[in-house]
Amino acid sequence: MPRRDDIKKILIIGSGPIVIGQACEFDYSGTQACKALREEGYEVVLVNSNPATIMTDPATADSTYIEPLTWQMVEKVIAKERPCALLPTLGGQTGLNVAMDLDANGVLEKYGVEMIAANAKVIAKAEERDQFKLAMEKIGLDVCLGHVVHTMEEAREALADVGLPAVVRPSFTMGGSGSAIAYNKDDFEVLCKSGLDQSPVTEVLVEESIIGWKEYEMEVMRDADDNVVIICAIENFDPMGVHTGDSMTVAPAQTLSDKEYQRMRDASLAVIREIGVETGGSNIQFAINPADGRMIVIEMNPRVSRSSALASKATGFPIAKIAAKLAVGYKLWELPNDITQKTKACFEPTIDYVVTKVPRFAFEKFPEADATLTTQMKSVGETMAIGRTFRESLQKAMRGLEVGAFGLGSDSKDLWGTDEQPDEDAVRAKLGTPNAERIFYLRYALKMGMSIEQIHNITHIDPWFLDHLLQIIELENETRQLGALEKIDFDQMLRLKRDGFSDRQIATMVQSTESKVRSYRLEQGVRPVFKSVDTCAAEFEAYTPYYYSTYESESELPAKGDQKRVVILGGGPNRIGQGIEFDYCCCHASFALREIGYESIMVNSNPETVSTDYDTSDILFFEPLTIEDVLNICDATNPDGVIVQFGGQTPLNLARGLKEAGVPIIGTSVDTIEAAEDRERFQALIEELELRQPPSGIARNMEEARREVERIGYPALVRPSFVLGGRAMEICYDKVQFERYVAEAFIVADGQPVLIDHFLEGATEVDVDAVSDGTDVVIMGIMEHIEEAGVHSGDSACAIPAFSIASEVLDELRVATEKLARALNVIGLMNIQFAIKVEDNVPTVYVLEVNPRASRTVPFVAKATGTPVANIATKVMVGQSLQQLGVTEEPKPRHVSIKESVFPFRKFAGVDIVLGPEMRSTGEVMGISETFPLAFAKSQIAAGVTLPTQGNIFLSLSSRHKDSAAQLGKDLTALGFNLLATPGTAARLQEEGIEVTAIKKLSEGHPNLIDYLKNEDVELIMNTPNGKGARTDEGKIRAAAVQQGVPCITTVAAAGAAVRAMQALRDDVLQVEPLQDR
Amino acid sequence: MIQTAKLALEDGTVYTGEAFGASGEIAGEVVFNTSMTGYQEILTDPSYRGQIVTMTYPEIGNYGVNAEDVEHASPSLAGFIVREQSRVFSNYRANGDLAAYLKSNNIVALAGIDTRALVRRIRQQGAMKGVLSTEDLNDDSLVNKAKNSPGLVGRDLVREVMPFEIQSWDQNLDQWTEEEVKRQGGAIGTGKAHLVCMDFGMKWNIPRHFASRGNQVTVVPGDTPAEKILELGGDGVFLSNGPGDPEPLDYAQKTIKELIGKTPIFGICLGHQLLSLACGAKTFKLKFGHRGANQPVLDLETGKVEITTQNHGFAVEEDSLPDCLEITHRNLNDDTIAGVRHKEATAFGVQHHPEASSGPHDSHYLFDRFQKQLAK
Repeated sequence: MPRRDDIKKILIIGSGPIVIGQACEFDYSGTQACKALREEGYEVVLVNSNPATIMTDPATADSTYIEPLTWQMVEKVIAKERPCALLPTLGGQTGLNVAMDLDANGVLEKYGVEMIAANAKVIAKAEERDQFKLAMEKIGLDVCLGHVVHTMEEAREALADVGLPAVVRPSFTMGGSGSAIAYNKDDFEVLCKSGLDQSPVTEVLVEESIIGWKEYEMEVMRDADDNVVIICAIENFDPMGVHTGDSMTVAPAQTLSDKEYQRMRDASLAVIREIGVETGGSNIQFAINPADGRMIVIEMNPRVSRSSALASKATGFPIAKIAAKLAVGYKLWELPNDITQKTKACFEPTIDYVVTKVPRFAFEKFPEADATLTTQMKSVGETMAIGRTFRESLQKAMRGLEVGAFGLGSDSKDLWGTDEQPDEDAVRAKLGTPNAERIFYLRYALKMGMSIEQIHNITHIDPWFLDHLLQIIELENETRQLGALEKIDFDQMLRLKRDGFSDRQIATMVQSTESKVRSYRLEQGVRPVFKSVDTCAAEFEAYTPYYYSTYESESELPAKGDQKRVVILGGGPNRIGQGIEFDYCCCHASFALREIGYESIMVNSNPETVSTDYDTSDILFFEPLTIEDVLNICDATNPDGVIVQFGGQTPLNLARGLKEAGVPIIGTSVDTIEAAEDRERFQALIEELELRQPPSGIARNMEEARREVERIGYPALVRPSFVLGGRAMEICYDKVQFERYVAEAFIVADGQPVLIDHFLEGATEVDVDAVSDGTDVVIMGIMEHIEEAGVHSGDSACAIPAFSIASEVLDELRVATEKLARALNVIGLMNIQFAIKVEDNVPTVYVLEVNPRASRTVPFVAKATGTPVANIATKVMVGQSLQQLGVTEEPKPRHVSIKESVFPFRKFAGVDIVLGPEMRSTGEVMGISETFPLAFAKSQIAAGVTLPTQGNIFLSLSSRHKDSAAQLGKDLTALGFNLLATPGTAARLQEEGIEVTAIKKLSEGHPNLIDYLKNEDVELIMNTPNGKGARTDEGKIRAAAVQQGVPCITTVAAAGAAVRAMQALRDDVLQVEPLQDR
Repeated sequence: MIQTAKLALEDGTVYTGEAFGASGEIAGEVVFNTSMTGYQEILTDPSYRGQIVTMTYPEIGNYGVNAEDVEHASPSLAGFIVREQSRVFSNYRANGDLAAYLKSNNIVALAGIDTRALVRRIRQQGAMKGVLSTEDLNDDSLVNKAKNSPGLVGRDLVREVMPFEIQSWDQNLDQWTEEEVKRQGGAIGTGKAHLVCMDFGMKWNIPRHFASRGNQVTVVPGDTPAEKILELGGDGVFLSNGPGDPEPLDYAQKTIKELIGKTPIFGICLGHQLLSLACGAKTFKLKFGHRGANQPVLDLETGKVEITTQNHGFAVEEDSLPDCLEITHRNLNDDTIAGVRHKEATAFGVQHHPEASSGPHDSHYLFDRFQKQLAK
């Protein structure tokens, strides 16, 4: 009785845009699930709002709906498709929540849709605190002691139960403020009193403190026959108190004896059975008191999670695929283990290596945010590394993180021995509160001679981990003492490499260079071998070529066959500006290569991705993306080509070094890539092609800056050179601003010049994506931005087709694109950013930037136009012509597609949300419809912006936008909204005879806007900034809006689009349609 | 400081690493265990007599050693091989480190070699004879010694690990395992039976299970004759695990043949093989055996899978199975027999280790099943 035949059509809900806590892992799991179910002959209906996913490729599901993930929209899909079943456990928390909403609103019952794998009751039992606690008590497991109290008497009673130290958490405070640990009774009294005051419902949670306990995760799978297996146990390097997503984690568990491990395994089985997850994967978190072994169940996710993705990549066991098959009735023992082929999926993977995951943060983008790591997740990505020992895997992970570290210390990020070397107080402070840099400070602490016991007492990090850091440092010190490269003998070199040291680190230790260390090491015969990830510690033969490098005696990599092979370099850990879009491109490159008979080889270090799935490529290397690691792979695989243009900035940064080492980079040449990034070379090219750029200049000091801005004119965009991602960029409208920001920019530039550009105020920005084969250039999509130039292209919304640009201007863009592609001899993808500035009704086209590589917009263009852009580009790169491929014309979509960006502001309380030249979005959604307003409305709903249909809208526009304010006011009044406004905007509206309530500025007392927000009397805020920053009144208003969940639009253009969307929502009904029918 | 040690295999392969246990030279069959935890239980499992055990998980020794996690008074294996031995240990239950434990128990151990390469060699070539030495570091000499070493087949290793006299057993399971027995519906402390365990090198967690369930447990040497066992007046006989090849143990087979039908019998691992042999089946040597804590076994009656601990190099041959035996369990990895039952008499055996230690607790129900038979 293998699978259910009573269901034919299954609905899967995705996880929507990439946000903190929900990244590519759900594209990975959803894609696996779709494939697994279709393989069994089921019809799969998929809903997801995120276009940058492999999951939403039209080939992944039978019917693909790129629609907002609200129960109302999904109901429309259900009404249209009438699926038999809904599989809710593969789309992260978002997918689960939508499924629960569908159930709560009676939709599933109405349409007779069965929830498979876990039903609503089960999900509620796992997710609702009280129900979960009762369930755990029933099976004799401890949970964290805690009591909700409303009075001081109750608080004291609670304390008697939980004991000191106790955590005091006031309920419903903004950003969880007021939470603290009481170490004595006096503190407790004070904290509870103020907590009860602060809480709007006079409620405080008094909890037992388990901060500093050891933290573990168990990945569990269950089938309908109640067979349960553990896929992986993960131990956190950072003890309790840091969100597991923000913790460094290690697999398998390192410091548990078998007795303790089996006790945790027993508990995991009992939990999944008691909660009743019928089939599939779950994740259960435990805390263990290191002093006496007391074990507490922290929580359970009744679904595939971020940790499941990590566990899958760490063990080779395809959790999501198996979960999907179990959901339709298969038993674990009926399914084969794909890796060994001969054995069954019903077993517990055993590994013969150590896996380390390190999170990647983006605090530099949010300088106002609190950078302390807490129980709320703040990281934006992660890297995973595999080594034969913990030391090797840790050091590999540190370089895979791509933050300038090449292991643990002895690299350009290392402050030890520099003027900035922290003193003991600074080190102690960094150890005391968990933070993104703590791992480096652990090293400083050990280097300064602090004992493991001292460090353990401050950090509670397990001494086993700390001693391994010490071992790394001991070997470093020993090597430094040798003083010269030639003094490192074979044994010493092998020891270094076996402990994960990179050539770069070794070079630093003995004052040599990376390339010298590399040649010296190769001469010594110290080179890595590649071992496979096989789920079974070599007990059975593995058929899936999934490898990691290590320094051992035997390599398992098969010799190169007759097939030509191409290496694709992936994007590494997700970060702001480089995420799933690039992974999407890499996957498509691999698919395209396999289609035309090439062997595809993927290199990546990001465990969340589809690119690191075991069957995406012919060979997968789970490795850091550094020159050393990539060269090792090239040495071992002897590829016919290496693709660097799909993985974002990561592989581009390696391109020069790889080329110099003789690696055959295919597609656009490295010289071209560099030419496009070199300001002066690029300026010359623009002139030669008779194109236009905004006036710009370079200044090395204040004097030059003043001279340059004189020539260039205000407004001026100021930014330090050689600083990535728009950091410390500022638009200056006058001399006062200019003087201030240029001074700051010089500080950030740190000796490098400052760049000054004329800022095209009010210009329309356009992105063009094109593919060129060196002869022909075909435009793939022209995207008009909603926000004006000045907002980072990754943060603005954009539309295909362009909605306001005259066709002659579009033609001008096309011509310019072709010219640039030819001049640069682009082979493959290119992206150009243009600005169109209209003056006296005459539009002028400016070229802002040319990127001869895949851009963030590739998946959006592919989805909007139905053209496999990355696939075409890949084939072109291996030598096929566009003519041959039949790609000769710019695709002309029949519908409007809008991409909207999604931001992590809710995770960073108090941060100003105004958009600017620095990118801060983590993800994107897409709205598709027949008209612009409806598509825009969908994009907003999908991005979590609830466009109201009635109620109060607050307007506060900068003096530069007062005319627009009048128009907005009129339109909104006509739609029946009540207007609130700050005095200035109100006066302008009243001049036009528009009815408006003026409310006080924050500094003028109450009631001000924050009062309205707290009373839930504002539905929408339209606020264009006069100034920026969390300390300004405006900044506070915007931050408060984010915390209250009230949408806040900060540009006039977006406000205008929102008005049109609200109008459309009133007059029209949103329709859903699958991509396959568009 | 670092002392070199070498492992030579009979096929001529030599691995050089660091010695980290006792000094000396030992010969044995080189095998591997895929458990990621439980090295102390593995070290003290008497079934490893005559074997050099390689741990596939590379970081070993992390949580030290303690007084409780033992399956026998001391290790009886020949040698121990790991990729990386932890120089520190961290666990609140630990009272010492692994290297010192091995030294004090005179176990020769090797660290730092490419254990995965060794495991792959064993997988491809089958379990091999080998010599592990800290004394003779000459490759040719070691390989010759490996070739000339006795191996396991046909040897009676049981006599090297079984007790000399009849003893009563009174140690219970640890508290956590007892809790799990109860959670699974087993009864702690309510059994009133008297059980005789034939000890062929028995792991201590087995009598602990019987004792925790409330039974009186008597342990007898594996060569105790049937009449003497029956004289003890027990309600059932348990056949323990033990090292090596079951075929040369004719005395045990004879005893079991005489016990079948007279008293309920339950056999684990070697005990299961001996039960099968006593019924007329044959056993054969597996290429490289099953040693680990992740082996899936299908219970043919319930259709349910249990994840099991296994440690055996021999198995019951399916074609040789006599009519009086039926297969109850199968190993899902290679379909070999993992459990049999006598069709007429109350007697059953499993190839895996329901007492786990180290390993998962999925098969506890077998003790409860036997408990019910004892009550009859």
